[in-house]
Order: sequence, then C-alpha cells, then structure tokens
Amino acid sequence: MVKDRFRTLKGKPVTARKEVGSVLVVGGGIAGMQAALDLVQNGFHVYMLESSTAIGGVMAQLDKTFPTNDCSMCIMAPKLVECGRDLNIDIITMAEIEEVRGEAGNFEVVIKQYPRYIDPEKCTGCGECARNCPVRAINEYNEGLDLREGVYVKYPQAVPRSYVIDRDACIGCGLCENLCLARAIKYDDKEKTETLHVGAILLVPGFTPYDPTGKPEYGYGRYENVVTSMQYERILSASGPFQGHVQRPSDGKIPKRIAWIQCVGSRDIKDGREYCSSVCCMYAIKQAVMTKEHEADIEPTIFMMDMRCYGKGFEQYYQNAKKNQGVRFIRCRVSEVREDPETKDLIIKYEENGKLKEERFDLVVLSVGLTPPRNFEKLAQKLGIELNPYGFVDTLFRSPLETSKEGIFVAGAFQGPKDIPESVTQGSGAVARIAALLRNVRGTQIKKKEYPPERDVSGEEPRIGVFICHCGINIGAYVNVKEVVEYAKTLPYVVYAEDNLYTCSQDTQNRIKEIIEREKLNRVVVASCTPRTHEPLFQETLREAGLNPYLFEMANIREQCSWIHMHDKEAATQKAKDLVRMAVAKAAKLFPLEEFYLDITQRALVIGGGLAGMVAALEIARGGYEVYLVEKSEHLGGHLRGIYYTNWSPDIQSFLASLINQVELEPRIKVYLNSQIKKVEGFVGNFKTTLETPEGEVVLEHGVAIIATGADKYIPKEYMYGEDKRVLTQAEFEEKIAKGEIDPKKLGRVVMIQCVGSRNDEHPYCSRICCTQAVKNANRILDENPEAEIYILFRDMRTYGFREKFYNELREKGCVFIRYDEEKPPQVKKKGKELVVSVYDELLGDTVEIPVDLLVLSAGIVASRENNEELSKFFKVPLNEDGFFLEAHVKLRPVDFATEGVFLCGLAHSPKHIEETIAQAQAAAARAQTVLSKEKYKAEPKIAAVNEDLCDGCGICEGVCEFGAIEIVTEVVDDKEIKLAKVNEALCKGCGGCIAACPSGAMEQKGFTSDQIYAMIDAALEE
Amino acid sequence: MEWRPKIIVFTCNWCSYAGADLAGVSRLQMPPDFRIIRVMCSARVDPEFVLRAFQRGADGVMVAGCHPGDCHYIGGNYRTRRRMALLKLLLQQFGLNPKRFRLEWISAGEGQKFAEVIREFVDEIKKLGPSPYRQIKKEVRKHG
Repeated sequence: MVKDRFRTLKGKPVTARKEVGSVLVVGGGIAGMQAALDLVQNGFHVYMLESSTAIGGVMAQLDKTFPTNDCSMCIMAPKLVECGRDLNIDIITMAEIEEVRGEAGNFEVVIKQYPRYIDPEKCTGCGECARNCPVRAINEYNEGLDLREGVYVKYPQAVPRSYVIDRDACIGCGLCENLCLARAIKYDDKEKTETLHVGAILLVPGFTPYDPTGKPEYGYGRYENVVTSMQYERILSASGPFQGHVQRPSDGKIPKRIAWIQCVGSRDIKDGREYCSSVCCMYAIKQAVMTKEHEADIEPTIFMMDMRCYGKGFEQYYQNAKKNQGVRFIRCRVSEVREDPETKDLIIKYEENGKLKEERFDLVVLSVGLTPPRNFEKLAQKLGIELNPYGFVDTLFRSPLETSKEGIFVAGAFQGPKDIPESVTQGSGAVARIAALLRNVRGTQIKKKEYPPERDVSGEEPRIGVFICHCGINIGAYVNVKEVVEYAKTLPYVVYAEDNLYTCSQDTQNRIKEIIEREKLNRVVVASCTPRTHEPLFQETLREAGLNPYLFEMANIREQCSWIHMHDKEAATQKAKDLVRMAVAKAAKLFPLEEFYLDITQRALVIGGGLAGMVAALEIARGGYEVYLVEKSEHLGGHLRGIYYTNWSPDIQSFLASLINQVELEPRIKVYLNSQIKKVEGFVGNFKTTLETPEGEVVLEHGVAIIATGADKYIPKEYMYGEDKRVLTQAEFEEKIAKGEIDPKKLGRVVMIQCVGSRNDEHPYCSRICCTQAVKNANRILDENPEAEIYILFRDMRTYGFREKFYNELREKGCVFIRYDEEKPPQVKKKGKELVVSVYDELLGDTVEIPVDLLVLSAGIVASRENNEELSKFFKVPLNEDGFFLEAHVKLRPVDFATEGVFLCGLAHSPKHIEETIAQAQAAAARAQTVLSKEKYKAEPKIAAVNEDLCDGCGICEGVCEFGAIEIVTEVVDDKEIKLAKVNEALCKGCGGCIAACPSGAMEQKGFTSDQIYAMIDAALEE
Repeated sequence: MEWRPKIIVFTCNWCSYAGADLAGVSRLQMPPDFRIIRVMCSARVDPEFVLRAFQRGADGVMVAGCHPGDCHYIGGNYRTRRRMALLKLLLQQFGLNPKRFRLEWISAGEGQKFAEVIREFVDEIKKLGPSPYRQIKKEVRKHG
C-alpha cells in the first residue's frame, strides 16, 4: 500500500502531459452505469469493465426498491439498454485488470478477458441452446435457490444479451453447437489480454454481501429455512425461483411467521466489521412490507438494535410499516437460531429489556451487511490506492470520490456501504472530478457516426417493405412465417416482403439497406421481437440507407405472439398476420420526423453560496464553463460557517476558508452576494434569470440552473429552550466550545436529547446528522475531560456507515445512553435553581431524574419553506410534503428535476452530512455539464404538436401537462386576438396526455397520431 | 368453428408493454385472442380510441398502464384512471356491458400478472359472447 498520499504529485515531468479522453469504469452496477452514461454525455469515451457475464450489478437482483417500492428491474432496464447500445461505451464483460501503468491523464491498463465460448457478436439471444442443454448448475443470479442450464444468460434482461457457456458445468456434448443457427458457439474460445489507454479510472465494483456462514449461531447453511436477505429478495421477485410466491425452501409451504435478523455482519466489532452497513434496516422493512403485499396473512417481525431510517422518506416508510402495515419490531440482539428438526421451523432466542425470550418462526431472513468487493484487495495494491481498515477505499471528507492516487476515482458501495440513490449520486459526482481532470481532451475520443443525406419522400405514395423474422426457431417453430410473408404481400402499399433467419443480424441489416434502395422503399416494417430493445437498431439501418428513421414500424411477433401461443400454430400465425397488418396500416400513415436541436447557452447558474453551491460552482468552472453563483446573504459559506470540527476533521473553518478562496480566485465564477432571484424565464439551454442585486437588477443568461439553497436549523420550542440559559442546541454548544466560551474541562453533567424537531408530527422525517453531531460533541467533551458525565437520550442511534466507530468510542469512554420512546419523551423542569431532566428508562423500567449543568438539544433541520416555494414556482419544480425539493426520481435521478436543465443538491434536497453534500454537489455539476458540454441540445421528436387552425385556446392541455411544456399564448391574427396552445419542444416529453385531453382535436402526437392509431384499431378488427 | 373474441389491449410503452414482453420471455401461455396497440403512456389513450374499437366490433377493450405513482411521465396514469372511470359510465349508456372494458395496472416486472389478466379477461369476454356491436355491424353490412 502506498503510505504517502501525495507521492504521485512528486517528481512529475514539467512538460504538459498527453491526456486521453477515455475513461475506464471498473464495474457495471448501477453506479458504474450512471457514471458511464454521464461520462459519454460529458464527452468521454468509456470502457466498462465487468467481472461477471453481464452488467446490472446487485440492483438487477433486487425485487423492489425502498422507499417507493419501485420495481428494481423496471426502473433500471432503460439504463441497461442505453449502456448496451451507446456507441461510446465499450462493455467488456468477464474481465479484470491485470496491470496499470502511467499516471493521471494517461494510464495504460492491461486487462484480461475470460472466454465466453459464445461469440456475442453472433449470438442473437434466442436461447435455443439453453432450452436444450442437458446439464444444470447452481443459479448464482437466484442466489443458489435453483438451478440454471450449463449454457445460460445471467438474467432475462441482461446486457449484453449474449449467452455464455459455463465450462465448469459443460460436458461438451455439442448439442448447442449443432442447434445454434447463428453459429455463435465457440468451444475453442481463449482468454485474451488487451491494453487500454485511458485518462482516468473510476472504481465502482460495488460490494459483496456478507457470508453468514461466519455466524454459526444463526444456522445459515445448516437450516434450510434460514436464508439471506439477498436470497429473500429473489424469493420475492416475480423472476425468482418461486415466481414471486413467498415459499419456504424446505417444503415450498407459504410461511406464516417470518423473522428478519438485523446487523448480520454489521456493527460487529468481534467480527472485524464495526461499521454499519447503512441499508439493511430499510431493505428489511421493504421486504417485510412487500411480503405483506404478497400474502396479507404473513406476520413479519424484525429483530433489531436501532432502526436506522435516516434517508429521505425513510422514517415515514418505517413508521408506516410499524403503524399501518403490521410489521412488528423487536429491539434486541438475537443470540441464537435453532431448528426444530421435525417441522424445520426455527426458534429464535433473544434478550429483550433484560429478559430472555424464545419465539418460533417458519422462515428466518438474515439481513446481511455489505462487505468490500471480493478480490479487490490485490487490485488496490496494484493500483496503489489506500483502503481503510474495513477494506473499503479510504477517502477524505473533503474529496469523497478521490482515492489516494491521482486520476483514480471511486464511487458507490466500494467507497462505503450505501443505497442506490447515493451510489448513483456518487457515480455522477465522480464524473465531475474526471471532467475537471480531462477537460482539455473532452470530445476527442468520442465516436460520431456519419449518415448519408436523408431522402425526401414527401409526395411519394407509400412503398412499404416488410421483413419477417424467424428468430432461429423462436418464431419459426410456432408461426408459419412463409405464410405471413405471402399474406404481407397482399396488404395495401406493400411492395416487398421477405423472411429472414435473423432480421437483426448484421448481414440482414446490409440486405435491408440494399432492398430499400433497390425497391425504392419509403416505409419499413419489421415483424420480429420487441421494439423496446430492437427498434433503435432498425432505425439506425434506415438512417444508414438514407431514410428518415421514423418511417419505421415494428410488429412484435415473438414476445407477444410466438412465445405465448406455442401450442396453437394456426392461431399464432393468424395473430402474426394481424399484427403485421396493423403495423403496415400504421406505417402507411407515417411521416418523417425531424430531430431538432436547440442552441445552448454554455453557462450555469448556481443558487446558494453554501457548501453545496460552492462545490457545484467550482466543479462546473473546473469543467471549463462559466458559472454565476448567487447568494442571498452577505457572505459565502452557509451552514458551514457554524461548523468548527467533525468526527473526521478538527478544523472545518480552514477548509471553508480555502473553499471560499478557491471560489474567489476562480476566473470562471462570478459571485453575486446579497442577491435574490426575481424572475426566471426560458427553458433548458436558454434560461433568463433576473436578479436583484445591491447594484440593481441584473439579467443573467444561462443554460442550466442548480438549486443549492440549503435549509434552516430547527429552533426548539420544547425542553425550556430560550427559557433557561443552560439549554443550548448542538450547534450553539459547538460554537461555544470552539470559541472558548465553554470549557469542557469545567463541565460536570451534560444531557443531550436527540430528535428535537425531528421524527414527530410536525417534522416526520429524520434529520440524519444529529446523532453523529451529538456523538462528535460528546466525544469532544470526554476527550478533554474524561471525568464529565454525559447522558444521551435517544430513540435510535443513527450513526450509519463508518460513523459507528465514533459511537463505539463514545460508549467506551463511558457516555451513558438512555433510550426513550416517542410516546414518553423526556421532561425538563426547574427545581429551585437546578435544571432537571427526567426520562423513562426502558431497561430499568423506571423514570430517572438527572440534574444537569448543561442540556444540549439535537435540533433538526427544516426546509426553508417560503424560499423553496418561491423557487419552485420560478423553475416549475416540485417540493415534497416536508418542504424540501423533490427530485425527478428518488432512486435513479437523485439530483435531477423532471424539468430539464434544473438540478438539485445539498440540504435543499434533504438533510445530509458534509461529505455527502460534496458528492451530491459534484453530481449536480456533472449532470449540469451533460447539457453544457453540448453546443446543441437534442429534443425528443415524438412530441405533441398543435394544429393551430383547430385550437381554440381553451387551456385544458396546459393544465394536463406534467412538464410545463404547454403555454397558452395570445396572438393577433387579422386584427383579432386569438388564444393558442404552444408546445415548448424543449420541454415536451411525448407522453401524449394532452392529446387525449384536447376537446377540439387540435393536439397531435408525432409518431402516435390519432390517425395512425385509428388505422391500427381498424386493421386489428378487419374481417 | 368455435367463436373467438377479438380484444384490443392498449398498453403504455414503459410498464405494461414491457410486462407483456416479460410474459413472453417467461413463455407464459395465453389465449391468442388479443391484439396489443402500444402508446407511450396510458394517458395517450383517447377514450375515443376505445369507442372506435367497440364500434369496429371489438368484443373487449383493455387499457393497461403503470401502477399509480410509477408513471414514467410522473402522473399520466392518474389522468387515465379518471378518464377511463368516466368512459366506463358512458359505455353502459351505449348499451355495452361495462365488463367488456378493463383498466389494469401492470408493471414491467409483472409478466405473470399480464398473463393472468389476459386469461381472465378472455374468459370473461367468452362468457359474455360477441359484442352487440358486431351484430349491428353485420346487419348494416347485409342491409346497407
């Protein structure tokens, strides 16, 4: 391991280094995919290295995601497909790093790729090989709960969707080779090494779930009905081993009572895993809630120490599970799980409030923690990056995404256990750092495709060509394809029809191009698989043949015909004919669509000069773009001005001073202090914001905006705050210590009360930072004065992640922790001059009275509601019920808004720590640069359009639009004022909701016009 | 020959169409009596599309979208829900059994549900028999 963090900075050649505009992303999970997509949008070529056979990572195995219960695969699949087909993302599966040479800006990476034994270029993913494979092997995707074939694809939506032969299982019978019509089987496939040239390396290998065989007391591996949470995730999944039915592995029965045991492999000093895995509390609640949704009779019980529901919307999810969904929570540590050998039921032994108890369950789920990715220690050594004692990458709070080696970055769970949105955030955030490093070579490695000029087909009678796919035998065996071809030839406007073994294969693409030219086709219909995966491929072929790509229509005769009517060839053939007829009917009415581009002002506006705003502004400036930074107060710094030390750093103020200095010295940043936004006009790429500054009004033109306006501190109304000088908030206490106004050495007894202004009716969310803040201040006192008596009255200690260490240290130092229930909060009163805190201690079963010298309240964070409401109207972005800004998607678009070109970071999003704020600000900066780095912005072509002759300006559509894309304007025509709906093409997403709402038929959706849909309906019902 | 119903299913691109695809990938067998028309969002389904389908002789029509809260376009399916509730009332006034029309929420992960819903719906329509509009259509053709 490299001891000197800055070794790489020494002895560097003075000459300008040659930088490479490509980036190596190590890991194809959700953080890696987000980073890859953002890197490409930022102008960098990406090599994505994946150790398994397909990208997708752990998220591909999850059933649902908290706290929205979104289906994991559904929300992730579009990103998978996008990565899979991006010309600038080279996905290299089954590969690992052999060696790394060079330095930041110019690395040479030698990689080794293991053989797949199937040529992914030829494999069409038809699956015929797997259906005939005679051998079975353990299915890793289903966590070993069932078997898969020896030739397999990791999961149905896998990218690349190419099969792979498991040579450990394969008996070499040759059946698949004989069956494969695409001739993709390559038994003699060899290991390959390759050298990649990249400017930066991003490590996103994720995590390995803890293996609970290391905890024999829970019986995993010995008792069939003890499963890990990953296995349970597969049990819940519709694509899992039991098709989504909740069953016990031992007998397939529906369990009645299920227990979750928390902190398996987490918060366990003895096991060397002191840290908290951060996500298990929430996923256990989610699994319990989803279980109830599957089988309402099941009684879920969660055995836990603290429920750590610290994220946005988490606490509400927890309370809802507890109060409304019948999930039972028991606060304890489980000592043993025993099996009843006859019934295979499990008996859990645990201690609750000092009493030993036993309870019987049908199924036990172990909430396993997140451990560092397997086999990465060696790689870390090779790369020369430092790991922390737990084996995760060691990062500094001020640069959470940088490893100890310049040019090598980290994101996702390898940086520390974290959930999906934070992994996605870090994935984007790392891109900002990479863009800053490689900004001079942006765009240099990006491949751009050149197309022939588009043929003008206007005025031509439709000439439709129909291509019908056998898909090997996937369609051919169940549909009489030849008959469908002959039928297609009889349809109106069809001038050509043929069948192909694989319409998607590369040679067929060339053939289609030839036929388009030869037959002068001006519309193309392909009848094969689903347009969701293959439409872009065929559209590309049209484009290469000089046809507008929107003169294309698909009939899905595989997923939605041959595969679901396998036992009735006649009916399936009839249906295929109908589907072709419908597609042809629509195709005849297709017209070319224009992909139009909007000009972009390559400048950003960042609102809020706190930590988030400053970091975002700096990153954008370092990426090469100008930034306006607006702050309403007279100085930069925000809440950071009141933070003096953290658990990780003794001196926050010098960090702040250096940050402000960097902002002030950065020529690309223009700061407006004492300034407020008065008006915002425009849309992505072209905003015009009016600012009220001390020097008068200023109009700023910018392409994107970042909202980083922060939040407010809660001012306590409770516990005699403001009535007695001995009652302080944590922030006030910290300031007094830092300024020497309080001397810890003179403190006798201090009580800290947690959750003041959080997790109650008024503020139902958890403020996330207060537990860590209390631990920090208590540690500070005890470090200087070990004799001081400190009591922390808490509900759940939420020192998640690596913060657990500081909590443990504090306990070691003798700090007393007393848990109180929200129903029985502590009382504060004066007895004479004495200030007394009384609290009901659950462990003692009695109320204790503590006279104190000082009472410190852990006051929460509240949204700046008024401020936020105003901004939310300016930018047409929503707030959640707590008054914080609501991102476009809680899981996968954590720093975006549904409104294009507007981004979010910092406390304005939700309460969070310094290092989290920095990563999020970097993410917002990277996302903003996906817009800024382009001179033109591509708008969606299948959008709404107004027929102005029919529109009477009623405005119904304006109200229907979720994206604020429609505006009613008044125009003067022939001296008469008329009202008209105008569609903002930059904002319209093409859902078509306004069209169905339009009472006068003036609205249309290009690509899905009413005319086209009627044609399909009529064709479907033709007799 | 056994009478086979004709059913039109409108699906949104992001959830229900993907759910139908997953049903296919999972090889879940279904009666072949339905035809899917894909739109980007269930909110694109103009109630008039449903009326047109019935007018042209469909025996049943289904609109399928993302689960409430899951809409790719934020809240499109909430609008669908409102529109289709009204449409259902209207269908009754046209003398159609409201059971001939269905609104379903099917996510991209619910291939199983898609198959079940289709099976159920086809059964239901088979029980109801041909749409009265089919008869009218025939008579119109015969007598002009």
